[in-house]
Amino acid sequence: MKLVVKLLLTLAMGAATGLVHAEDFRMAVTTSFHNSGLSDILLPQIKHDLDLDVRLIVVGTGQALKLGRAGDVDAILVHSKTAEEKFVASAHATHRREIMYNDFVLVGPIDDPANIAVSKSAKDALTAIYEMRSNFVSRGDDSGTHRKERALWQFTGNDPQKFQADWYRAVGSGMGAALNAASGMNAYIISDRASWLKFGNKGNLTLLFAKDPVLFNQYAYLPINPAKHPHVKSKLTKALEIWLTSAKAQAMIGDYKIAGEMLFIPNARPN
Amino acid sequence: MNDIWLGLLNAFKLILSFDADLFEIVLLSLQVTLSAVLIASLIGLPLGALLAVNRFRFRRAAIALLNSLMGLPPVVVGLIVYILFSRSGPLGVFGLLFTPTAMIIAQVIIITPLIASIAHQALRDLWSEYHDLLISLNTSKRQRMMTLIWDSRRSLLTASLAGFGRAIGEVGAIMIVGGNIDHVTRVLTTAIALETGKGDFALALGLGFILIGLAIAVNMAIHALSRTERTGQW
Repeated sequence: MKLVVKLLLTLAMGAATGLVHAEDFRMAVTTSFHNSGLSDILLPQIKHDLDLDVRLIVVGTGQALKLGRAGDVDAILVHSKTAEEKFVASAHATHRREIMYNDFVLVGPIDDPANIAVSKSAKDALTAIYEMRSNFVSRGDDSGTHRKERALWQFTGNDPQKFQADWYRAVGSGMGAALNAASGMNAYIISDRASWLKFGNKGNLTLLFAKDPVLFNQYAYLPINPAKHPHVKSKLTKALEIWLTSAKAQAMIGDYKIAGEMLFIPNARPN
Repeated sequence: MNDIWLGLLNAFKLILSFDADLFEIVLLSLQVTLSAVLIASLIGLPLGALLAVNRFRFRRAAIALLNSLMGLPPVVVGLIVYILFSRSGPLGVFGLLFTPTAMIIAQVIIITPLIASIAHQALRDLWSEYHDLLISLNTSKRQRMMTLIWDSRRSLLTASLAGFGRAIGEVGAIMIVGGNIDHVTRVLTTAIALETGKGDFALALGLGFILIGLAIAVNMAIHALSRTERTGQW
């Protein structure tokens, strides 16, 4: 018994000493940025060039903005322009800097019951799904992807809030979990291209529709305002912004490919 | 079904390759959970003893409350700890959010009621046996509690191990307060959630089997060290 207590004490001491970390640089990013694997390429280079350990909190855009508003992270990298502009307008971030964009794709069962593969536009594709009442999985988590999806439904003149749950399934979880759900119920879903390509459980799903310009998806970097949260490491947020928009980082983003496909198109404008 | 075999295979591969990242994740899981179990036991066991020997007005209500807190939803605990320790929360100045310390705090809140409830149950039975003896010896309340705790140490070990079981497999709370940050707050359960999200079921299951193995190993180690189930000591 004594031995057990001793062992536990040693472990707890180890925990107490070993776990107290110097404060880190924290950035809230969207699942698509991380699940795509791009962060695994960029972070080691940031560590090498700036000697900066960026700690990623991987969440949906809604939660990322919330973390930024509370001052729990130093910067955020998200994709929902209207929400970001509101965020800057209320002075939670000093400004908004565009870094890159990727695109959303419409994924669905291979037999394509709503026949969206031949659609002329994203609007037509969604209208076809709506008319067929084909199973459709929505993120339903107020993330950037979910906001985009709602905006696209508005284009078709429908309000997703009024959709019946027997075909429109709002799963309220991250991109990966939502894709798992879609794969399980053979449903249509809107995903960012990167998450889809990296996804390992495709099952009976395939990419059916893409490339409509309304599906483009701009990522922006927002440093949290040190005037609101004095503990924010504003020197580091500045250094990271300069690095992300540098020719070198932009080239790395453009060169990142999965299965020969380019995932992100860098479009940062030099200051 | 195939994924399960792949998962098992993956677990063995990961263990045999002595993967440094895996080692780090396993170690952090153990540190967080064992610290939480230790702290929760230091609070919960005496609390259970106090409820067993003490007679006070709201005793019944206190016990009922403690029992219902066993079912505390981890996500809610995580959210409350998050709000308290957020920079804009009342305890934000400590900067504890997204650290292992915050994860330990959340787990302590989750498992203390569980440990205290099980401890109380065990001690209450013993107290009915010891009651007359301890009263006639004119012992102080403190002495009574200590005697009860020491004499039912094996049942109390079960209480602590139940706490360990709930904490090691917990994901909802530590995901929120820890943030699942690579190399800082990523533990086995949050890593499993992450890999599931990526659709990599084989790796997720591999980590799951390692988690189960770890729980078995810790339980066996504690039983061996505390010499339970030996001849004459059943």
